[in-house]
Amino acid sequence: MNFDYSEEQQLLAQSVRQFLAKEYTFAARQVIIESDQGYSEQVWATFAEMGLLGLPFTSEVGGFGGNAVDLMPVMEAIGDGLIVEPYLASVGLGGQFIARGGSQAQQQEILPALVAGRCKLAFAQTEREARYNLAHVACRAEKNDNGYRLEGEKCVVLHAPCADKLIVSARTAGQTTAADGISLFVVDRSAPGVTLTSYRTIDNLRAADVRFAGTVVPADALIGQEGQALPLIEEVVDYATALVCAEAVGAMQFANDTTLEYLKTRKQFGVPIGSFQALQHRMVDMTIVAEQARSMACLAYVKADSADADERRRIISAAKIHIADACRHISQEAVQLHGGMGMTEELKVSHTFRRLTMIAQTFGDADHHLERFAACG
Amino acid sequence: MDLNYSPEETAFRDEVRAWLKDNLPGELRDKVVNYEELTKEDLLRWQKITAERGWGAPDWPEEWGGTNWTIVQRHIFEEECGYAGCPPRIPFGVSMCAPVLHQFGTQEQKQRFLPGMYNGDVFWCQGYSEPGSGSDLASLKTSAVREGDSYIVNGQKIWTTWAQHADWIFCLVRTSTDFPKRQQGISFLLMDMNTPGISVRPLMLMDGGHEVNEVFFDDVLVPAENLIHEENDGWTVAKYLLGYERLGTGNTGASKREVLRLKELAAQQHKNGKPLIDDPRFRDRLSRVEVELMALEITNLRFLDQMRGGRAPGAEVSLLKIRGTEIQQALTELMLEAVGPFAQPFRSLHATDFDQHTASIAPRYCNYRKTSIYAGSNEIQRNIISKASLGL
Repeated sequence: MNFDYSEEQQLLAQSVRQFLAKEYTFAARQVIIESDQGYSEQVWATFAEMGLLGLPFTSEVGGFGGNAVDLMPVMEAIGDGLIVEPYLASVGLGGQFIARGGSQAQQQEILPALVAGRCKLAFAQTEREARYNLAHVACRAEKNDNGYRLEGEKCVVLHAPCADKLIVSARTAGQTTAADGISLFVVDRSAPGVTLTSYRTIDNLRAADVRFAGTVVPADALIGQEGQALPLIEEVVDYATALVCAEAVGAMQFANDTTLEYLKTRKQFGVPIGSFQALQHRMVDMTIVAEQARSMACLAYVKADSADADERRRIISAAKIHIADACRHISQEAVQLHGGMGMTEELKVSHTFRRLTMIAQTFGDADHHLERFAACG
Repeated sequence: MDLNYSPEETAFRDEVRAWLKDNLPGELRDKVVNYEELTKEDLLRWQKITAERGWGAPDWPEEWGGTNWTIVQRHIFEEECGYAGCPPRIPFGVSMCAPVLHQFGTQEQKQRFLPGMYNGDVFWCQGYSEPGSGSDLASLKTSAVREGDSYIVNGQKIWTTWAQHADWIFCLVRTSTDFPKRQQGISFLLMDMNTPGISVRPLMLMDGGHEVNEVFFDDVLVPAENLIHEENDGWTVAKYLLGYERLGTGNTGASKREVLRLKELAAQQHKNGKPLIDDPRFRDRLSRVEVELMALEITNLRFLDQMRGGRAPGAEVSLLKIRGTEIQQALTELMLEAVGPFAQPFRSLHATDFDQHTASIAPRYCNYRKTSIYAGSNEIQRNIISKASLGL
């Protein structure tokens, strides 16, 4: 048994943190989130240079063949620094669909460009009444002589506004929630018939509701087999769930560190407020929650690529239940212990609060995963 | 034991309800129930409407416009207003500065300030907290130095709610540092916000809203006649006022309305093809909050009943604040979870068909973290119960 990161993993984590500490300060981030596009092309290019975009992909497409554990320190750093660039959407979701389910041609077209920072991806899955049910796909893809014709709407597609290509789930057969009949397509974001309603999210990412009105895609835009995409969707979403668990761990660590610092420095009644036992115990509980969350994130990472799908589902759901609760607990306590300052736009902890609030219900909230966990036996 | 309202109280409730139905402007109600930001005009407008009915300040002495209601009637009025979706009463004038004036003000001061509060002509704010003085209010440093008929005020206040709207501010200032105890040497001073040397800087909160501010005082000349009560004995005034500040923080009426709103919302959302409200896991959590609220309402009535017997409100007010705000926060959290993925969208980028309805839910969840921090944090409230009620 060994919980240590390898030397390579440590070195990578170190260089990512050094870069972010220098170039992605809270002030620099403020400028990025207020910019028109809401992310930094320059930071994205640096991620490519550092090899972060190729981390999980094979050397044939310019990657490094890393496993899920290799991404954990990167995601932690992303959580710590509240990185708004589309890493999760491109590398954790979009790229995974292509790498795991895509044809040789799709891989050759998309992955080297993604690794080089020239192609960003977003996963268009959520629908209006789907909630967290991945099998709920009402968006239709009608087969015709030229390929497929897409009709329908996807909601809250994270990073869609900056994506070059969208990975879209659409139904080629069956009723709205049937497991069979779901297909995946690669669709150019700028293709005719694709309309975006873009917005800023509460955690300062960019997202869009995406409407497909008779969008025509060629037959070779299909990823994998027609109508058989659900297992791949579940596999990739589980992988991405493990990634956000690590992001949460990084964000929670920041929340705890900055709260502890505040307890030691903020004085009331002539003493640091951290000298009050009522607050000491609150801080201790936050620390316990963060340690437990880190353990569950480790477990999620190690099992994210498990060949046993049932085991994978069970562990990922267990981790997400735990992380969701931990996100709520730590974010709320961090703000409370900061008092009014913790609620202000100008303090980073309020941004960490918002990100943790959203991670708690990304890819399913605790209730959703409690159900799935119980169903796994 | 009889937990029902008397026939007279029931009749009064019906009267209030009917009046609210006819007099609460729909556009004000819509703003409140949809969590939209209220303007200065909105807030003052509601004060004017209640004033016209003679209900502008129920708690005041009758000679100044009070209603002489029983404690239960006052509770019914607050409850019904909250339930109906009335704008909040601007608390700083009518509910905070006014009790101080009634208790400590001169006849002249009362005549000068009370009518403007009652009629909704003058907007007040409260200058208490300072950057170094939050929970430890008595450590405040903003100074007022007496020179002839004036005070020269220098310093800074923070978390000043609605200072951007305010015409007047009541402040705690330090008039002396020559006393052994920090609670001594503090004075209660009223200032016209238009006085040269006063500046207001917004503090943007994480929900994107502008509610609170920093207020800076730079050699502000204040007439000495604006001093309330004795110089250096302002702490007596502050303590008196804090009891009033905490009354009504339970907000059970508004929370009852939010429970209904949450039920509507959960009926509209779908989970596995069925309304979310029918999901036992979600429904149980909603029910638990509803039951807690039920308990708080009865606790509130029980305390009111004791006060009817003539006992002054004590540390139990802190209980209402703690549980009341916990319930409010739990309701915003359930709403956030109810809308699932649609909690995330926040602000449209030039979009026209953006769903502003669900987009208000996460900001409100963020905003309501304030309730366990403001008006004496819930930690401070627990200290009060621990010391004053339990003798620990």
